[in-house]
Amino acid sequence: MNKGDTILEVKNLKQYFKVSRKLTVKAVDDISFSIKAGETYGLVGESGSGKSTTGRSIIRLYEPTAGQIIFEGKDISGDMSKEALSTLRTKMAMIFQDPMACLNPRKKVLDIVAQGLDIHHAYSSTEERNEKVYKMLEMVGLSREHANRYPHQFSGGQRQRIGIARALIMQPDLIIADEAISALDVSIQAQVVNLMKRMQKETGAAYLFIAHDLSMVKYFSDRIGVLHLGHMVETGTAEEIFSNPLHPYTKSLLSAIPHPNPRVEKTRKSFTYDYKTSGLDYTKGTQHHVDGSHYVLCTDEEFETFKKNAGKPY
Amino acid sequence: MERQKILEINDLNISFKTEGKKLKAIRGVNFDLYKGETIAIVGESGSGKSVTTKAIMGILAKNGTIDSGEIMYTWNDEKTGEPHTVDITKLTEKQIQSEIRGRKIAMVFQDPMTSLDPTMTIGKQIMEPMIYHYHTPKEEAWKKAVQLLDEVGIVDPEARMKEYPHQLSGGMRQRVVIAIALSCDPYVLICDEPTTALDVTIQAKILELIQDIQKRKGISVIYITHDLGVVAKVADFVNVMYAGKIIEKGTIDEIFYDPRHPYTWGLLSAMPDLDTDDDELYTIPGSPPNLTHEVQGDAFAPRNAYALNIDKRLEPPMFSVPGSKTHKVASWLMHPNAPKIDMPASLRKRIDKMKKEGAAHE
Repeated sequence: MNKGDTILEVKNLKQYFKVSRKLTVKAVDDISFSIKAGETYGLVGESGSGKSTTGRSIIRLYEPTAGQIIFEGKDISGDMSKEALSTLRTKMAMIFQDPMACLNPRKKVLDIVAQGLDIHHAYSSTEERNEKVYKMLEMVGLSREHANRYPHQFSGGQRQRIGIARALIMQPDLIIADEAISALDVSIQAQVVNLMKRMQKETGAAYLFIAHDLSMVKYFSDRIGVLHLGHMVETGTAEEIFSNPLHPYTKSLLSAIPHPNPRVEKTRKSFTYDYKTSGLDYTKGTQHHVDGSHYVLCTDEEFETFKKNAGKPY
Repeated sequence: MERQKILEINDLNISFKTEGKKLKAIRGVNFDLYKGETIAIVGESGSGKSVTTKAIMGILAKNGTIDSGEIMYTWNDEKTGEPHTVDITKLTEKQIQSEIRGRKIAMVFQDPMTSLDPTMTIGKQIMEPMIYHYHTPKEEAWKKAVQLLDEVGIVDPEARMKEYPHQLSGGMRQRVVIAIALSCDPYVLICDEPTTALDVTIQAKILELIQDIQKRKGISVIYITHDLGVVAKVADFVNVMYAGKIIEKGTIDEIFYDPRHPYTWGLLSAMPDLDTDDDELYTIPGSPPNLTHEVQGDAFAPRNAYALNIDKRLEPPMFSVPGSKTHKVASWLMHPNAPKIDMPASLRKRIDKMKKEGAAHE
C-alpha cells in the first residue's frame, strides 16, 4: 500500500438492529466514506449517532445489513470464508475506550499483547514471540519488565498503551480507535495521542478515529465525517469542517466545544439543534458538493439555505 | 453585601491503609467556600480532589481516616436564623446522615446510570430524601418533585415521575440526579465530574442548568473536574491540586491568565485548543508520585523542569502573589530570593491570544 491509495471504502453501509417485530433500529443508515493509507479519518457525533456501530461493522463485529465495505481492494461486507476473515483480522485492529474493561485481568501483559500472534501462529519459537512482544512494548513506551505484570498493576495511561501495543502487534494497515482517549485524564490524553501519532509515522497505519472530543479530533484527523442519527451529515477535511461548517448539526457540535478561556466561556451560550423541529429530513437529502472534498447532506432547497447561513452561528 | 462563609477547611490530612502501607492522600488542604460562589478543584486522577469532597460528605472509604484538620460548616438555623457552626469531622456517622449528607450538602456524581437506582421510579427517587429528612407528606413531596423536574428542564414531568432511569437518555438522567440533589434545598452542591460521561452538546446544557439553579437559589457549588473548559465556564475560584495538596489557588482570571506554578503551566499547555497544530501535544513528563512513600520536598519537583535545589529538600509553603489577596502558590519559585523564571513562551503566546479574544468578546 502506498500513501494516498484508498485503503478502505465504505459504500452505502446500512446497519440495522431488529429489536422486536415492530421495531428496527437503524443505527447506521446509508453512509459512504473512504480512508486513504496512512491518514487519520475522524468520525464525530453524539452518543447514538452510529459512530461506534460504523467502526464495529467495518471490522465485522456485526454483519452489515446492506452496502459494501471494500478493504484493500477486496469486498469484505458479504459472506466471507474463514481464511478471508482471519486475514482481515490481522490487517485491521481495534483500540477500545476503556482499557480496564478490554484487557483480560487474569492474563499477563505478555500474553495479552501476544494473543494476535498466538491465534495466527505468527512465530516459529517462543523466544521469537516474546521478543516481538518486548519490542512492541518498548515501542509504546513501556519496558520489557512490564511484560510479566497484570493489567491492574498499571495506571490508566499505561493500560491504554498496552491496548495500543496489542492492536499494533500484527502490523495492521487500519486501526479503529473507538473513543480510545475519552476515559483518560487530560494530561494523559495528550501522551496517548502523541504515541498514536508517532506509531502512525513509524508503521504507516491508517486510523479511523472515533471520538466526541472535537478539539482532539481536529488536532488529530486529516479528514472528518460528522454523523448524526446514522446519517453522514457533513464530510470534509478538518480545515473545511471547522472553518466553514454548513450543516446546522455540525454547527451545534462546534458551538458546544468548551473554550478554556474564562472571559469567552462565561458568556458563551451553546446553540441547540433539534432534528425534530429543524424541518430537515435526512432520508430525502443527498450529498451536495460544497468545495474541495467538502460535502453536506441535504436537499437542493436546504443546500441554498445552508449556503446563505454559512458563516453565521446557525 | 458581606460574603458569608459556609465551609471552611483547615489543614485537612487524610490517609488510607492499603496493603499494610499508609497512603497519605490529602496532605494539608485549606480552602473556604462562600455563599453563592463556585469553586473548582482541578487535578489529575489520584491528586485527591474526590477524596477531599468525600470527606466533606462523610463518605470516605472504610480504610480511610481523617488524621487531622477540621471541616467547619456554617448555616443559619431554619427557624431562628441564628448561625450555627459544626466541625463535620467530629460528627458521628448518624449525625452526618441525618443532618448534613443530602440535606445541607448534596452531591452530583459522574455517571448518572450508576448513581440512580434502576429498580425505582424517578418520582420515588426524588421524593425519598424529602420524606426521609423532612418527613414531608407524600402528596406534598410528589408536587415538589414534579416542580423540581420542571425546574431542571424535563418536559412533561408528571409522566416522567412514573418512569424508570433506563427509559431516559443520559442527559435527562443527569438532570434527574440534579433534581434529587436539590430536593432538600441544600446550601452546598458538590459536582464530581458532572459532565464527563455526557456528550459535548449536553455537557454545556447541564452546566448552564447548574449555573441557572445556583443563581436562583443562591447555593454554593464545588466542582471537581479535570476539564479546564468546564472550569472556565463555571468557576469563580480555582484550586489546583497535585499529590494531595493545593499547589495554586486564585480567582479564575488569576489561574487562567496569570498562572504561576509550573504544574498549572503544564495543565494549561496540555490541552489542545482549536488552533493547535504542533507536531506533538505538550505533555507533563513523568508520572505522579507514589503517596505511600513519604514525600521529600516538593512532590512535583521530579517532573518539574524549573525545579530548584531547595525543592528536593524542603516542601514549599503557600506564597502570596504580590498585589493579590486571593492568588496563592506553593512553589519556591515565588520566594523573593528565587531566580526569576517565566512561563514557557508557547503558553505566554496562548494566554496573550486568550486575553485578546476575551477583550474582543466583551
